[in-house]
Amino acid sequence: MKNRLWVLAMALVLITAGARNPSKAFAASANTQAATGTVVKIDNFSFSPAELTVPVGTTVRWTNADDIPHTIVSDDKIFKSKALDTDEQFTYTFTKPGTYGYFCGLHPKMTAKIVVQ
Amino acid sequence: MSDKKNDELLHDHNHDGIDRRGFLKCMAWAGTGAFCVMKGGVLSSYGLGGFSDFAKHAAKGDLSFVQISDSHMGFDKAANPDVVSTFKAAIDKINALPTPPAFILHTGDISHLSKPAEFDTVDQLLKGASAKDVFFVPGEHDVLNDDGKQYLERYGKGTQGAGWHSFDNKGVHFVGLVNVMNLKAGGLGSLGAEQLDWLEKDVKHLSKSTPIVVFAHIPLWSVYPEWGWGTDDSGHALSYLKRFGSVTVLNGHIHQTMQKVEGNITFHTATSTAFPQPKPGQGPSPGPMKVPADQLRSLLGVTDVNYVQHHHALAITDSDLV
Repeated sequence: MKNRLWVLAMALVLITAGARNPSKAFAASANTQAATGTVVKIDNFSFSPAELTVPVGTTVRWTNADDIPHTIVSDDKIFKSKALDTDEQFTYTFTKPGTYGYFCGLHPKMTAKIVVQ
Repeated sequence: MSDKKNDELLHDHNHDGIDRRGFLKCMAWAGTGAFCVMKGGVLSSYGLGGFSDFAKHAAKGDLSFVQISDSHMGFDKAANPDVVSTFKAAIDKINALPTPPAFILHTGDISHLSKPAEFDTVDQLLKGASAKDVFFVPGEHDVLNDDGKQYLERYGKGTQGAGWHSFDNKGVHFVGLVNVMNLKAGGLGSLGAEQLDWLEKDVKHLSKSTPIVVFAHIPLWSVYPEWGWGTDDSGHALSYLKRFGSVTVLNGHIHQTMQKVEGNITFHTATSTAFPQPKPGQGPSPGPMKVPADQLRSLLGVTDVNYVQHHHALAITDSDLV
């Protein structure tokens, strides 16, 4: 009985481990912790961190680590980068508090947000 | 191909008596460079060698053309540091066809970064093709930074809106659609109300026996929405085409061949001439896929399409660049 329980427990651990989505692409909310810092990295068709919280007046910098260009487009048309090739960067200074959703204009499934407090 | 995809190929709504096994067999042959032609309800297949026999018997009034896609001129990363060479190889492949194609369809991502020099290079290389007429639709890489203004300056003659257009050739009606403009956060490809309105009117008075070929960059069916491989409002477009006896939809964007048949509509995506991408979900993202150098050209290619008058389906053949 003990052996069976152990096998069942191991099976459960393995099943839940394997159930993680193999594709990282387009991950909109990878974790629920409020991420800070001032840099957003674009990698594997996702913005990382997906949600970044910064104080008013912060200049946020996006860098593209993918082999494919991406753009940064604000949902509310407040900011828009030109196409960023590999290793190119875009910066924007947030002067007003609020939540700024944005996406990639080439791959609109890539979404993320900056929270300015 | 998963079993699910096999099932999707087998709805025999057109009642032309093709049995499941015969159709599946033909699809498998198609993957090895053979192609299938339907004649009076009977599927026949021709190997690449037999293609010249087919061409000999093809009567006047038949039509052959080529689709190329995703040349990404200007791309220079590891997945393919020399997209000029592979594009030239694609042109060579076209020029080696036993019957010179009537024209070429380019289903977009002509350039990689919408740079003038990139477009210039493609235009220059296309001058070496046996077919002098080339019809384009843009990919998302062709409309960067200027909302497609440069694309329209170069390729917009005779088109409307963001570059949609239609034309006829040997009784076949061709429609080029643009689904890479005004993309919305979290969305897929988009045709938009103005273009849909135009399309509805464009095909309204055609007889239902007119073969239709639609070409657009992003797939007009839901290949893999998680990676953006689909078009949000393609359902409306397809509803205008449902009454036609033969509809062929040619797309690019996903850099691999994929096919689906739904009633009278055959959907087909082409390989890129620049770099391959992973199969849906098989990789961290839909980005350029690095393969050993000696395998690259087997994953790139061109698509040859043949229409024989009064035949139900167009014959679609994918050839790699080896």
